[in-house]
This record gives sequence, structure tokens and C-alpha cells, in this order.
Amino acid sequence: MIEVKNITKTFGAYIAVDDISFTVQEGETVVFLGSSGSGKTTLLKMINRLLEPDSGEIRIDGRGIVDQRVEDLRRKIGYVFQNTGLFPHYTIEENIATVPRLLRWDRQRIAERTITLMEKLQLRPEQYLTAYPRELSGGQQQRVGIARALAADPPILLMDEPFGALDPITRSNVRKDFKELDELRSKTIVLVTHDIQEAFELADRILLMDKGRIVQQGTPDELLFRPSGDYVRQFLKEQRFQLEAERIAPGDYPALIRAFDHFKTRES
Amino acid sequence: MEQHESLWLFLQQQSGKLLQQTIQHIGLTFISLLIAILIGLPLGIYITRSKRMAGVVLGVAGILQTIPSIALLGFMIPLLGIGPIPAITALFLYALLPVIRNTYEGINGVDAGVREAATAMGMTPLQRLLRVELVLAFPVIMAGIRTATVINVGVGTLAAYIAAGGLGEFIFGGIALNNTNMILAGAIPAALLAILLDFLLSLVQHTGNKGRRRAIAFLPVALLVFSSFSVIPIGYSSRLLAGFTPEFMGRRDGDIGLRTVYGLHIRTVVISDAVMYKAIYNHKLDVISGYSTDGRLKAYDLIVLDDDKKIFPPYYAAPVIRKEVLTKYPELAPVLNKLAGKINDSLMTLLNYKAEYEGQSPQRIARDFLTGQGLYRTPGTGNKGMVILGSKIFPEQYILTDMYAMLIRGYTDLQVESKTGLGGTKICFEALTHGQIDMYPEYTGTALLAILQPPPDVAGRLATSRDSVYNYVSQRFDREYGLTWLEPIGFNNAYALMMRRSQARQLGIQTISDLTNYLKKER
Repeated sequence: MIEVKNITKTFGAYIAVDDISFTVQEGETVVFLGSSGSGKTTLLKMINRLLEPDSGEIRIDGRGIVDQRVEDLRRKIGYVFQNTGLFPHYTIEENIATVPRLLRWDRQRIAERTITLMEKLQLRPEQYLTAYPRELSGGQQQRVGIARALAADPPILLMDEPFGALDPITRSNVRKDFKELDELRSKTIVLVTHDIQEAFELADRILLMDKGRIVQQGTPDELLFRPSGDYVRQFLKEQRFQLEAERIAPGDYPALIRAFDHFKTRES
Repeated sequence: MEQHESLWLFLQQQSGKLLQQTIQHIGLTFISLLIAILIGLPLGIYITRSKRMAGVVLGVAGILQTIPSIALLGFMIPLLGIGPIPAITALFLYALLPVIRNTYEGINGVDAGVREAATAMGMTPLQRLLRVELVLAFPVIMAGIRTATVINVGVGTLAAYIAAGGLGEFIFGGIALNNTNMILAGAIPAALLAILLDFLLSLVQHTGNKGRRRAIAFLPVALLVFSSFSVIPIGYSSRLLAGFTPEFMGRRDGDIGLRTVYGLHIRTVVISDAVMYKAIYNHKLDVISGYSTDGRLKAYDLIVLDDDKKIFPPYYAAPVIRKEVLTKYPELAPVLNKLAGKINDSLMTLLNYKAEYEGQSPQRIARDFLTGQGLYRTPGTGNKGMVILGSKIFPEQYILTDMYAMLIRGYTDLQVESKTGLGGTKICFEALTHGQIDMYPEYTGTALLAILQPPPDVAGRLATSRDSVYNYVSQRFDREYGLTWLEPIGFNNAYALMMRRSQARQLGIQTISDLTNYLKKER
């Protein structure tokens, strides 16, 4: 469980995160959704102390994140970067093995774990184990990035726009495989995105952010059907029909008609 | 003209010396490089963490880089004396900037995303540095080390000026002796050494990731091995230490004559005459090769050992001038000859002393002297033509050149331009034969042994008398180069062995034979 209490972060005169509090339950997937400059990445980076807040407190499983060695904290939290952040001088195997090595796992265990993860992420070990990141496509690199974050089986996974740099087709492929990973079942995941579709597809709960504040937090259904105000309505406007349609069970015609009516009223 | 020995022959004859100098050179280069890396690398890393210090550190290293190398070596002498230690210190200071700067730039050039990823994975700052930043910055850092190596091989030749050995001994000896083969025997190996080391390091720089890790482990070993070359001892062991100029080392009327005629075997280092006197004064050396009219003889209380077996030929100074200039301006010869016979040994020593020890300007000394002799006149119109005077790079030559300039201006309507400070005999003589200067003061012995280089028996026969050398060189200069020797000025600035007066008295040494006997007894 991640508890965030009254976190504020400024860069000079600019307030990036403004007195935010929320909780992420164990096993829950929470998405920070917002346009660029909304403070969502800043917020994410404070969870593993890549950035330090000016004020406020963050606790993980009841323990303050500043009360432990920062390296130990980070080794227990997987992190996926938008631009992969892979080490160009490490092979794929070495990249994935980064955290297990820091944790001094034995060789055998690291090798087995690496191969298992590569198979789960559709990366053929015999072909890619000794390859370098530059030899891989963007989609494959992002899969390696995810494998690296999961390598030491951390209970928490932080993802900063993990599919953001990929083209639409690759993105939906990687995202699909990601969703199906059994590794993620029990993980607490915090994901940052500006992609509404992605947020609604992956989130148990969404924190919609604007100008360093949370505008609304709730399940995708709550945001869609009980928006807290104009900003939320406006933010979801473009994709509302598609989002609502995706939420309707096959054969539920009355609901489909309701959604369509909704769409029409909005258009008129 | 005599057949010049070929470069190949020279290299064969001098192969032992060449090998020794090359090993010394590699030793100097690498030990200074090693120290520069040991200090520069951590410093470069430090300033990536403390940007405030970056400007200061890079600024200071940059300023060190701009100090002329010979000046830097000069600064070292009062602090560290002579020999390998000041040379290595100077080379280390030169190698510092490229190492620091490339470490700094290399680490700063590592992709910020990669660095952040390393942090996010839970690497400690040290792990991040060793596993990510240094490995990725490696090619840039190696480029800096390559630059430093090439600089050190080049500047390392100057180490010969302060008795640290290296290939500069041949280069500067060759320049002083007008011996092209000797210059090449130093310059070519130095250039090859620079190219070879640069090439080897480029292989290291461009190895792949696996090789890079191996290189990081292997490089310090290689550095240490090569560095150890610099501590290999050389030469005879004797209680007295001699410092001879590169020129003296290669001359028949120098070190070679001392060995063959006197049988003098003394532990010897090669050193520039600019620092030699200070070094003997500070007890860093005990015997030096100097010039008998040098003002520092007086300043540092040194005595000249009597050349009882007459190996040093006479070095009477006289102006050497191009014949066509004399034909064009016939009034010139009588004016220049006004100085003939006017300055004897002790007078010249005094004039040099005023320049070197009292710090008077050569112009002032020249003018005071001419005025005292009743020779000084205010300059004429200076609209008739131009005469270009040259001089070698030491005070006696400056003083003489200034006297000649004042005489020409005073007694003719010619204008004078002075090109003072032309490195050595070879440079002056080439400038004269190619018409870049019209005259300069030369010494009969130098002309005989450094320029004309007659067979040893001829030289030996001539060397005993002042007039025979003068007649021989003036005839051959006239015939072969179209140059005229005017009348000698009077003093004899011959080579001489010198010791501190106090030590010579204590050991009872007055002649070179005394010195030889003392060293024999000691062994």
C-alpha cells in the first residue's frame, strides 16, 4: 500500500505538485492521467525518491520512504521509463539482470529469471540474450524495459508513459501483452499517461490531474458517468462515445441506446 | 666537402644511446601520464558532481597548459632541481588538462535518461559511476589520454634541457652541432613513438564493451610497466656528477675528447646551458661544460679547469658577413673592424656578467662600452639601405650584435634590423647562407667543428693555434659559402670544464688531468 499525504513540490516559483494526498491499495493499478505539465511524472518520481518533495510524506506498507536506505527502497520498486532508459553498453541479458545483480542473487537464479521474463515478454532468448539495445526495435526495447523492471519481482511497479514513445500499432501490441502478464496480478502499479484510452483500459482507479492538483479520482466508470465537473467532462469529451461503448456488455441494447443519446446531446 | 655519414650509419653507431634515450623517453611520458590519470580522473569526476568547482579546476588546468613548456621547466628548477623529477612534474601538468576535461565532458555526455535509470534501479552513486558513467564515457576519456600522451612525447623532448634525458638529447645536440643526422635520430623516433602510442591507445579507445572492461583492468598495468622505465639507472657511478650541454656531448672537442684524450669517465647528465650554472651553484652538479667568457663564471664563483692536454680548440669571435653585402656597401668592413682586438677574455666575462647577473640590457652594456672606448656616435640618416644582423640565443651574442648595430648606424647611413635569438649555430648559419640575415658573430672553433667538420686529424692539427684555425675557416667559408670572416674581436670564448671554486680547492683539482686522476682514485 502506498500512502501519499500532502505532497508539494516546486521548481523555483513553479508549483509542479500542489498538496496532493491519495492512497494506492495493494494489488491495485492506479493511473495518473493528465496533459503535459499537470505534475503527474513529478508525482511518480517522488514515490521512489528520484525527486524529493518540499513537504508532505509518503509511506509504503506503513513505513516512511525516507526511513530506509534509498537504494534498498528503489530495488524493491520496478521502474519503467518512457524512453526505455536501457543501458546501451549492457546486453539484453545484462540489462534485465541489473537489479537481481545489485541484490546479489546467484548466477543460476539470475539466468533462469532472465530467460523466463524474456519468454513472457515475447523476446526470443536465443536471439536476443546477447544482443545490445540498439539492435532491437522500439517495441522490443520497451519490452526489455518492462522485463528489467520486473526482474527482481518487486511488489510495486512505477511506469512513466511506458508506451508513449511507440507507434500506435506497436503500442497496442505491447500493451496487450503487458495486460496479459501473469507477473502483474499481485502487483501494485502506478502508471503515468496522457492517453485516455490507455488509462481507461489499464486502470482500477484514475487520478485525473491538472496544474499539480487532483481534479477527480475514481474508477473509470465514476469518471465517465459521474464527472465531478466541467474540466473532467471536457477532458473526456473527444473519447466519450468510444469509452462508453467499450463499457457495454454485448447484447445490452438499452445501455447502448443510452450511450448514443448521451453522445447526441453532447453533439447538439 | 667531406662525405656526411648517412642517417642509417649514425643510427647503427649510436644504437645503444638511441635505445637508452627511447626508453627514458617512454618512461618520462608514461610516469607523468600515470600521475596525470591518477589525479586528473578523480578530479574530473569530482567536478561533474560539483559544478561550482568545474570552472575553477578547468580554468587552472587551462592556464597551466598555456605556460610555454621551456618556461615551465625553468620554474621547476628552483623548486625541484634538475633531472627526471622536475621533468615529470612539468609533463604531468601538461597532461592534466586533457585528462580532466575529457573525463568531465565524457561523464556529462552520458545520456541523462540512462543516468536516471541507473539511479532508479537502485544503484549507489559509486555503482552508477563505475558500471554506467565511466564505461559510457570511456571513449571520450581515452581520447583525452591519447591527447595527453602525444603532448607528453612532444614536450618530453625538452626534458633533455634539464638533465632528464630522452630523445631531446639527440635533437638539441644535433641542432647545436649542425648535425642533421643527429636531429633526425632524435626527431624520427620521437615522432614514431607519438604515432605508435596514439595508435595503440586508439585500439583501446575503440574496443567493444567486453574489451573495454578488460582494457580498464589492463591499462593501469601497462602504464605501470612503461612508467618503471624511468627509474632504470644509467651511466657510470661516481661521486661527482657532470652536466654537459647536448652540444658538448656530441663534440670531438667535448665529451668525446674528454673520454679519449683524458680518459675521463664521470657520471654525466645532459642539460641546457640555461640552467646548468644554477644547478652547479645549487650543488646539483659538480662539473659543467661552460664557456670561458660566461658572466656566470664570476656570478656563481666557478673556476675553469686548465685544459692541460689542449683538446678545446680556440674559439675566437669575429663577424661573419655575406660577401655580396660587403661589395654592395664597401664602407661596412672598416666600421665592423673597429671592434677588432678591443675585447679580451676578462672584459667579455665582465660584460656578460653585467647582462646575466646584474640584469643590464645588452643595449645599455653595448652603448656604455662603445662610449667608454670613444667609438659611440649618434645614428646617421639611415636612408641608404638595410643590413640585417643575426645572433645566437645568449647574452654575449646580443651584446656584440648591439655593438655592431650602433657602429653601423653611427658611421654609415645604413639602417639596421636585428634578428636576435636564432636558436643555435645551425639556425644562424642556415639563415646567413640563405640570405635571411647578412651577418652574425661566429666563433672560429664552432665554424671548424660544427660547420666545416674536417676529418679528426686535420682538426687536431689545426686546433693548437689561433691563427691556423682562423685562416682555415676564413678560406673555406670564402670559397664554399661566399662568406667573409672579418677580424677577430679579441676574446677566446672556448669550451671549458668548470667546478665550484670551493669544491675544486677542497679536492685539489686545478686541471682536467687532476679531475681524471681524482675520479680514478675514487674507484
